[in-house]
Amino acid sequence: MNEHSGQLLHPLLADPARLQARLRPVAGRHRRERLFYLLCLGVAGSSVLVLVLLFGTITWMGLFTLSWQFLTAPPSPSAAESGMYPAIMGSVWVVVLAMLAALPLGTASAILLEEYRPRSAWTRKIQQAIELNITNLAGVPSVVYGILGLTVFVYMYPLFDGSGKPVLEWGVQYYDQFYNEADAVLLVPVTSLDAPPVAPVSGMQAYDAENHPITLQVIGPDDPWPENPEQARNVLRSTDMGGRISQKTWHYFCLPFGRGVLAGALTLALVILPTIIIAAREALRSVPDSLREGSFALGATWWQTIRRVTLPAALPGIMTGAILALSRAIGEAAPLLMISGIVFLSNPPRHLMDDFTVMPLQIFNWAQRPQEDFHLLAASGIIVLLIMLLAFNSIALFIRQRYQKPPS
Amino acid sequence: MNELKEKTVLAMPLSPESRIRGQAVRRARRVAEMLIVTLLGTSTGITLLVTVAIISVLGVETVQFFRQEEVTVQEFFLSLQWNPLLGGDKHFGIWPLLTGTLLISVIGLVVAVPTGLITAIFLSEYAHPRIRAVLKPTLELLAGIPTVVYGFFALAFITPLLKWFHEGFNSYNALSAGIAVGILIIPIVSSIAEDAMRAVPNALREGVYGLGGTRFDAAVKVVFPAALSGIVASVLLAMARAVGETMVVALAAGSTPRMAYDPRLETQTMTGFMVQMAMGDVSNFGVEYYSLYAVAATLFVITFSLTVLGAWVRHRYQEKYE
Repeated sequence: MNEHSGQLLHPLLADPARLQARLRPVAGRHRRERLFYLLCLGVAGSSVLVLVLLFGTITWMGLFTLSWQFLTAPPSPSAAESGMYPAIMGSVWVVVLAMLAALPLGTASAILLEEYRPRSAWTRKIQQAIELNITNLAGVPSVVYGILGLTVFVYMYPLFDGSGKPVLEWGVQYYDQFYNEADAVLLVPVTSLDAPPVAPVSGMQAYDAENHPITLQVIGPDDPWPENPEQARNVLRSTDMGGRISQKTWHYFCLPFGRGVLAGALTLALVILPTIIIAAREALRSVPDSLREGSFALGATWWQTIRRVTLPAALPGIMTGAILALSRAIGEAAPLLMISGIVFLSNPPRHLMDDFTVMPLQIFNWAQRPQEDFHLLAASGIIVLLIMLLAFNSIALFIRQRYQKPPS
Repeated sequence: MNELKEKTVLAMPLSPESRIRGQAVRRARRVAEMLIVTLLGTSTGITLLVTVAIISVLGVETVQFFRQEEVTVQEFFLSLQWNPLLGGDKHFGIWPLLTGTLLISVIGLVVAVPTGLITAIFLSEYAHPRIRAVLKPTLELLAGIPTVVYGFFALAFITPLLKWFHEGFNSYNALSAGIAVGILIIPIVSSIAEDAMRAVPNALREGVYGLGGTRFDAAVKVVFPAALSGIVASVLLAMARAVGETMVVALAAGSTPRMAYDPRLETQTMTGFMVQMAMGDVSNFGVEYYSLYAVAATLFVITFSLTVLGAWVRHRYQEKYE
């Protein structure tokens, strides 16, 4: 057709009807253009629709069970009395510790990868290998990190026997707890969890319920009970049996870590480490070279330049990346599920080795139950989680807007 | 008078003493810098250590798994039954979990690839800045929502919707989980593909217009093929993410491993099995416990290959422009 167009031009112009017919392919192309645009708009709009549906469903289900009590109460078998306080506190513990571990590590790695110019061929090779490795780590499913954490942190498998029971402990005291006939609590200290049970003997050092030291007085099984109630508080019969309990301080620490907060936090740190490294590298890369060169020209050394010039300039970017990693960490459930399992807790964690649960796990726990009431609770939990995420993301956005222009 | 004194002091040659001091300071600084580089290197080394740890933990424990009496390598790779928790009749064939994973990933890709790619074309070639200002944050939000939320959405919204359309759907089914996984990976496909399309230089588009082409011609016939390496990479990475997705399938897909072709029924994926094991109190060192590692190793090998393949395609087939 095209080769004839030159000749056809005049007759076409002379005959408007034929001109229309000839133009149809062009009109068709415009129609196709229009249709494709609408298709694009529709498809792209569908993701907005999905988001609206998602938020709508969750708000509609969860808004009415959201209350102050929900935020401050522990979970309970009755849906109406349940709350997620231990889970919120667990999330705070785990995420803060994970950030404390991952942020310095990630920033340090990013500095080395971005600022250190390899001098020899094989250091360059190593650097490339590390870069490739970080890309791959970012693609490892988080549940695999959970398996890694289970082995390396919870059981510390090659070092310990793999049962997960504490072998080395600090900051714990074990007691045998007795109740005497006056219903007073008497605690006799023992050396370890596995020590043989205490046979009460007169003159033994013990503690009462308020942890005041007392001296035990032991009488035979058939002896008369002392009349004086003051005196009777320290009395046990020689046949009394104690139960083993432990008192752990806030700095309790044990090896292997067991299914505690620290193991969860370190696992989570591994999950978010690649994200932090990638973000920090981008932030460092966006610092213009003129700044570094200026610093070198003033006689600063490599590290002085990084510490005084490059790092401060890259800090907003690093912080933005850190907050995004934080919001990833706070929503992450799978690796922590491998570490802690589903546990029923009424207290927030008290020390680094304490059992814990986090918000996404609590939500998962509620969502997988068959009762509809618990689904509503799960939706409420999701609202709390999403509000926290939104807050973090707003902070990140604020930092990005506030410090967007790199100093130059 | 004072000025003069200072000048003379400045002009005075350095005493041997202060020269030595200067050298000492410089040497101390060099030692400090070496120390810092070592410190930074150690923390960077940890990232390598993580990879080594993953591979060795999974490797060692998987070997332990195959050493168990109940398991043979042939059974693992050839048997079509997976029921490690049944007392007497245990079977360890990976295929039911693999097909379950594959089914849900494919459903996810069927949802995410067309949607993600069209969204990417739209964002890169068509969208008015004002539409873009809505669409970009929406996709970022979708990417930032925790996966457990998608699991809940599948359970509370998608499954009832499917049941309303067709009565054959189980309360836990592969389609619902697959759709949720698909929604989850749309942002991955769209953002990587959009970056790839934006990297195509404008001269190519202008060439199309110069030849009388429309925007559609430019987008679909020129930019899309030019960005194909990035697009393929985006699909591979999204697939890796779908295969490793855990909480959605744990909530919405159920926990019955079967050779799964019917998306209306319960299915178990590899990740779903791992969650099931983590929730139950499984004794350490039993064969079930080791099976956890064997499944994790399989999962790791698959996602690792997809990630490496994606990175390779992106670099190898990238179109280079001046």
